[in-house]
Amino acid sequence: MSNPIAIEANNLGRVYKIRNNRQEKFKELTALINVNLTVQKGELFGLLGPNGAGKTTLIKILTTLLSPSSGFATVAGFDVQKFPEEVRKRINMVSGGETSGYGLLTVRENLWMFAQFYGIESAEANKRIKILTEIVGLSDRLSTKSSDLSTGLRQKMNIVRGFLTDPEVLFLDEPTLGLDVEASRDVREFINRWMHDDENRTLLLTTHYMAEADELCDRVAIINQGKVLACDSPANLKKILQKDAIFHISLNAPYGISVDKFENIPGVKNCVLTQKPDEVFLDLILEDESILPEVISETGRQLLRLNRLEKKEPSLEDVFIKLVGQRIDEGENVND
Amino acid sequence: MMRKSTILRSFISASWLGWKIESNWTDPFLFATYSIIKPLASATILVIMYSIIADAQFSNPMFAYLYLGNAFYQYVPAVLSGISWTIIEDREHYRTLKYIYIAPLKIPMYLFGRGVAKFLTGSFAVFITVLAGFLFLKVPFAINEVNWGLFFLSLFLGIIMLALLGLLLAGITLLTARHSYFIGDVLASGLFLFTGAIFPLEILPAWLRPIGYALPITYWLELIRRSLVGSVAKAFPTFSSLSNSTLLLILVATSLVSGILGYFVFRRCDYLARERGLIDIATNY
Repeated sequence: MSNPIAIEANNLGRVYKIRNNRQEKFKELTALINVNLTVQKGELFGLLGPNGAGKTTLIKILTTLLSPSSGFATVAGFDVQKFPEEVRKRINMVSGGETSGYGLLTVRENLWMFAQFYGIESAEANKRIKILTEIVGLSDRLSTKSSDLSTGLRQKMNIVRGFLTDPEVLFLDEPTLGLDVEASRDVREFINRWMHDDENRTLLLTTHYMAEADELCDRVAIINQGKVLACDSPANLKKILQKDAIFHISLNAPYGISVDKFENIPGVKNCVLTQKPDEVFLDLILEDESILPEVISETGRQLLRLNRLEKKEPSLEDVFIKLVGQRIDEGENVND
Repeated sequence: MMRKSTILRSFISASWLGWKIESNWTDPFLFATYSIIKPLASATILVIMYSIIADAQFSNPMFAYLYLGNAFYQYVPAVLSGISWTIIEDREHYRTLKYIYIAPLKIPMYLFGRGVAKFLTGSFAVFITVLAGFLFLKVPFAINEVNWGLFFLSLFLGIIMLALLGLLLAGITLLTARHSYFIGDVLASGLFLFTGAIFPLEILPAWLRPIGYALPITYWLELIRRSLVGSVAKAFPTFSSLSNSTLLLILVATSLVSGILGYFVFRRCDYLARERGLIDIATNY
């Protein structure tokens, strides 16, 4: 019987030693702390966390690009440190938000060459290139030098490169970063279709887009500052907040706003402030709705003008706020 | 379906890629013009310097010595630096090194493959330089006196040796992210002085000569000169006591040492680069 586990991380840790110049002493920067994860074969697994949470570091270790400082990991049944060559035969990776590729080569040449690296017959490679580029809307640019492509189209080429080799385990690191809304939707549809075509395919996706994780993933691990805080299906994660009351409040704050006073109201579990030029938003997680009048009173005490009050169904973003205490786009770290 | 061995596949695919990059940076006419003018320009500088210093005595064996040494030395930066330059180019410019590293390839064979295009363009430059020397500068060359067997054997061994040294340099380049584009040029320029490329080792102070004797490039250049213009090469005392077969043996031995060193240095650097997270670092572009 084949191994049902596609990816396993066991007490995985990674510490970077960094210094800005030769005069400085090395400083230790912890990117991963005792990460334990198991991804089943056939699963579309999401790693959700802000920039710098450790998602890319984890992917680098799993794809054999980086050695862990502690613990071990297996991919497709092989230890990434002991049998990296076996792992590489079975994986591929796409990193979003970058313009990698040989700019002097055409799209077709770039893709064909990477297929050669994986030992795919030329005719088969050309067939796959045709199919995949049609799916992502790149087929009319096959003869264009990749340096002449827009960032979005180059990213699409990069995505095709990852799928071209039909890997057992595919790592997508922020695949829709830098893509416009329509292109992102195309990519998500394509990922869904690819996963449904073969139940033995496994995909690990990192993203900091909540909706993307919610829409695509069978299970999601929420990661922050190198630690996995929770790991379950999006539906089960939302159940954490089922008893809570979640409100989104839009306010005008002509004299400023003190978030501490909201946080100190008994029964307020989380309070996150987002400031825009014209108004401010409070995202509140309350123990129950009976706390709301006291919140409204506090807005009056602070001379805030209430524009809109909205009760929300729990989303992954609310789960993230509950677990991390901030929005996913706040607190950009440096170690990713 | 796997159709070729990993080693062969790595080498052939990388050779194709190297040639595409090497030949596609401009239109074919400009590429051809550049390939002819560049080696001739560098040879001309040397000829002018020689003619001023030696009062234009082109019939002196010294001229043929330095002209051929300079011509064939073009392989050193082309192959040696070319292979290590692949690391910089793929990692920092094209941002593809991580994708190369996660592919089922043999990285040393990939790097050698990328060096093939450098070898081909280098060969063209060497041919043009040598041809110009024989046609216009009376470098004493008689086609029926050339020891072709020795020439091709020496050339083959020399290119393998340079590729292995290139691997060593590629390993160091993996670890030295910042300013690593200087390393190849600095090394090639430094070796120019110590390998008897343009003057016999006797010109060097006695305490510096051992550097030249330890380098396989020195023996390789001597063998190339001997195979093409034996009489000229033997006019200098450096290796006059050594037969061709002894020189070949020394070339093989020193190349073997360089090769083993190159392989293990690369492996160690590769390991350290993964430890330090340097495979996909970008600092130069």
